[in-house]
Amino acid sequence: MELALAPETLARWQFGITTVYHFLFVPLTISLAALTAGLQTAWVRTEKEKYLRATKFWGKLFLINIAMGVVTGIVQEFQFGMNWSDYSRFVGDIFGAPLAFEALLAFFFESTFIGLWIFGWDKLPKKLHLACIWMVSLGTFLSAYFILAANSWMQHPVGYRINESRGRAELTDFWAVLTQNTALSQAFHTLSASFLTGGAFMVGIAAFHLLRKKHVRVMKTSLRLGLVTVVVAGLLTAVSGDVLGKVMFKQQPMKMAAAEALWDGQSPAPFSVFAYGDVEKGHNSVAVEIPGLLSFLADDNFSSYVPGINDVNKAEQEKYGPGDYRPNIPVTFWGFRWMIGFGMTSFALGLAGLWFTRKKFLLPQHLRVGEDEVPHLVLFRNKALGPTLTTWYWRAAILTLGFPLLANSWGWIFTEMGRQPWVVYGVLRTGDAVSPGVSQGEVLTSMLTFTALYAILAVVEVKLLVKYVKAGPPELTEADLNPPTKIGGDSRDADKPMAFSY
Amino acid sequence: MELHDVWFVLIAVLWTGYFFLEGFDFGVGVLTRLLARNRSEKRVLINTIGPVWDGNEVWLLTAGGATFAAFPEWYATLFSGFYLPLLVILVCLIVRGVAFEYRAKRPEERWQRNWETAIFWASLLPAFLWGVAFANIVRGVKIDSDLEYVGNLWDLLNPYALLGGVVTLALFTFHGTVFVGLKTVGEIRERARRLALRVGAATAVLALVFLLWTQADKGDTGSLVALVVAVAALVTALGAARVGREGWAFALSGVTVVAVVAMFFLTLFPNVMPSSLDPDWSLTVTNSSSSPYTLKIMTWCAGIATPLVLLYQGWTYWVFRKRIGTHHLADAAH
Repeated sequence: MELALAPETLARWQFGITTVYHFLFVPLTISLAALTAGLQTAWVRTEKEKYLRATKFWGKLFLINIAMGVVTGIVQEFQFGMNWSDYSRFVGDIFGAPLAFEALLAFFFESTFIGLWIFGWDKLPKKLHLACIWMVSLGTFLSAYFILAANSWMQHPVGYRINESRGRAELTDFWAVLTQNTALSQAFHTLSASFLTGGAFMVGIAAFHLLRKKHVRVMKTSLRLGLVTVVVAGLLTAVSGDVLGKVMFKQQPMKMAAAEALWDGQSPAPFSVFAYGDVEKGHNSVAVEIPGLLSFLADDNFSSYVPGINDVNKAEQEKYGPGDYRPNIPVTFWGFRWMIGFGMTSFALGLAGLWFTRKKFLLPQHLRVGEDEVPHLVLFRNKALGPTLTTWYWRAAILTLGFPLLANSWGWIFTEMGRQPWVVYGVLRTGDAVSPGVSQGEVLTSMLTFTALYAILAVVEVKLLVKYVKAGPPELTEADLNPPTKIGGDSRDADKPMAFSY
Repeated sequence: MELHDVWFVLIAVLWTGYFFLEGFDFGVGVLTRLLARNRSEKRVLINTIGPVWDGNEVWLLTAGGATFAAFPEWYATLFSGFYLPLLVILVCLIVRGVAFEYRAKRPEERWQRNWETAIFWASLLPAFLWGVAFANIVRGVKIDSDLEYVGNLWDLLNPYALLGGVVTLALFTFHGTVFVGLKTVGEIRERARRLALRVGAATAVLALVFLLWTQADKGDTGSLVALVVAVAALVTALGAARVGREGWAFALSGVTVVAVVAMFFLTLFPNVMPSSLDPDWSLTVTNSSSSPYTLKIMTWCAGIATPLVLLYQGWTYWVFRKRIGTHHLADAAH
């Protein structure tokens, strides 16, 4: 079956759907692994039961989430070969290596130690069991780094040469691929955004319970941890975004010009708050702008020249031959704005929450609360928010758990769509990367299959999350409080039920 | 031995690791219908592989990633060529993973039964399809001068390949049965032993036919050795299962898996995917491999990481060495 579509259209849709979906789970996995590990560390160090209950609660949500992250990741490992065989042939020499490193160094770590952590509560001594979740966390970081290095190579290919006789790109400097500034800044940005995501997830769920005055002790601790995470990670996300933006202005001026709908180069160049225009004619009919800000973002100087879409298009035509080198401008422009907008809204709500719930010593006597009371949201020195505003803040805080997920998705859509028509910038066009032997009917079949399957699993997953969120932190059992002292479990009673079983 | 030969061996090792490890957990999945008499026995079965199935599956991801890095042409031709069977495998692996993790997370019987059905089918199908895929690789498929697969789905479903699928399914089920004998206590352990004899005998017959067919078609001295080892190990495994030496039975069914995979790769070398249209169009270790520089880096990585992986995965099996039975499972949904 052949449809009247460009050969890459369906393969791109499939890649977009499966990857954006996969990336809903990835940042939560990265951040919740570390946050859960942090809570468990607090339990091991202080022996305060609230930390163990928090560990169990967030650990459960983490596991429900990572299960989806793992299985949707399997598709990622194989779809390059399935839908993008010419891409795989052309860049496998370079792109395959970080993927193989990821599997060998990171996936084995994650999958093995997650099994030990899940089933190990009554099999491993306390500290060894704690080490397992930290190993999982380390695995998630390594995994993120390798795959981002691979993606960075697509954004900005380095450390390679073209072998004409084999018709492919070959690696000449692996270290350059791993440590180029694109990879470093992209990893910095993605990891900090991941923690913004996990922090907001914690804040949202803690707010849900605090609004209902339930599980207060555990949720207060979780709220504070979440808020601090949101604020620190939000700040780092903004800083790293700025760094990555500057790198992109140099490496992919087209992407950044499109992100700003800046049609013609200007000096100084303004930052566009809103624009509406005609893509065919290449100009904006409506534009709300902040003068000079774009120059500053691109180059740290309020009056620097920033090239526009038309300029870059012309330059690329001269360099790579005739053609249209413009990405989809509206998607790039709005993707960039949704990314920043959703991310920073979450950060702002976190910052407000951190101030509202500040520590006791900053509060007057009558606004301090005990360990089992929901904190007052204190606006000024002596003034707490009224009941209506308090309810509204908690509601907004619940909503904030979704914002970073949207920001992450738009961030990827922006950076990948903004690189078009290239799959490897300046080296390989997306249209030349698909599998020539795979029919559109086959791609359509797999795209529809994955989309349907993922939709069903999304419903299942969200329902399960909601169930466990509502259930709240579990009560602790004797076994929880008396972990084994020997590896493999204490042999006092060989017929004792397992602490955890499927 | 050049680096691309080293990587041919390493890819073979990764697939061997995958089939050895996930082989028995596919088998356990199949046994949820074949062996378990009630739902708590199903649970016992699922929990024998609970802590380890995920780590076992990573051998596949690593085999995939390493093939991409070391033999990009092989990766590209294989996965774009075997498109639809691979799609089915991927769907199964997704459903299966979620099934293990989510089944016990709600108490409702319908919920749990649905996931149990999923575990059975999503274990059975890949166990069969991997055999179909490898038999086709060994047999040779329609590859043109551009190293593209030009056959269709029906070309892949030939009698030899289908027999290969039945053999891997039977072998993995046998491997799973002796694993269950080794990991459980109580009545289910006794029944696993008895079932192992039946499944093992059927596997031996099927495997003998398939391996002789392979040997007659593609074999050389090396593959003959692998064939003899495979059959001898399988028969001895049966004997061990009969006299109740569960550890030996499992080790020997493992040797069978290793020998069968070894036979696949021995008949292939120096090809990685022979063309049935013209031998000159075959993918070989030379025309499909990466540059020496990439292979060198990968060799360092694999050389350091693989022993470590074996070490900590081995440790996991030791941590969870206790046998389990129905009385070890608490009722509550987790």
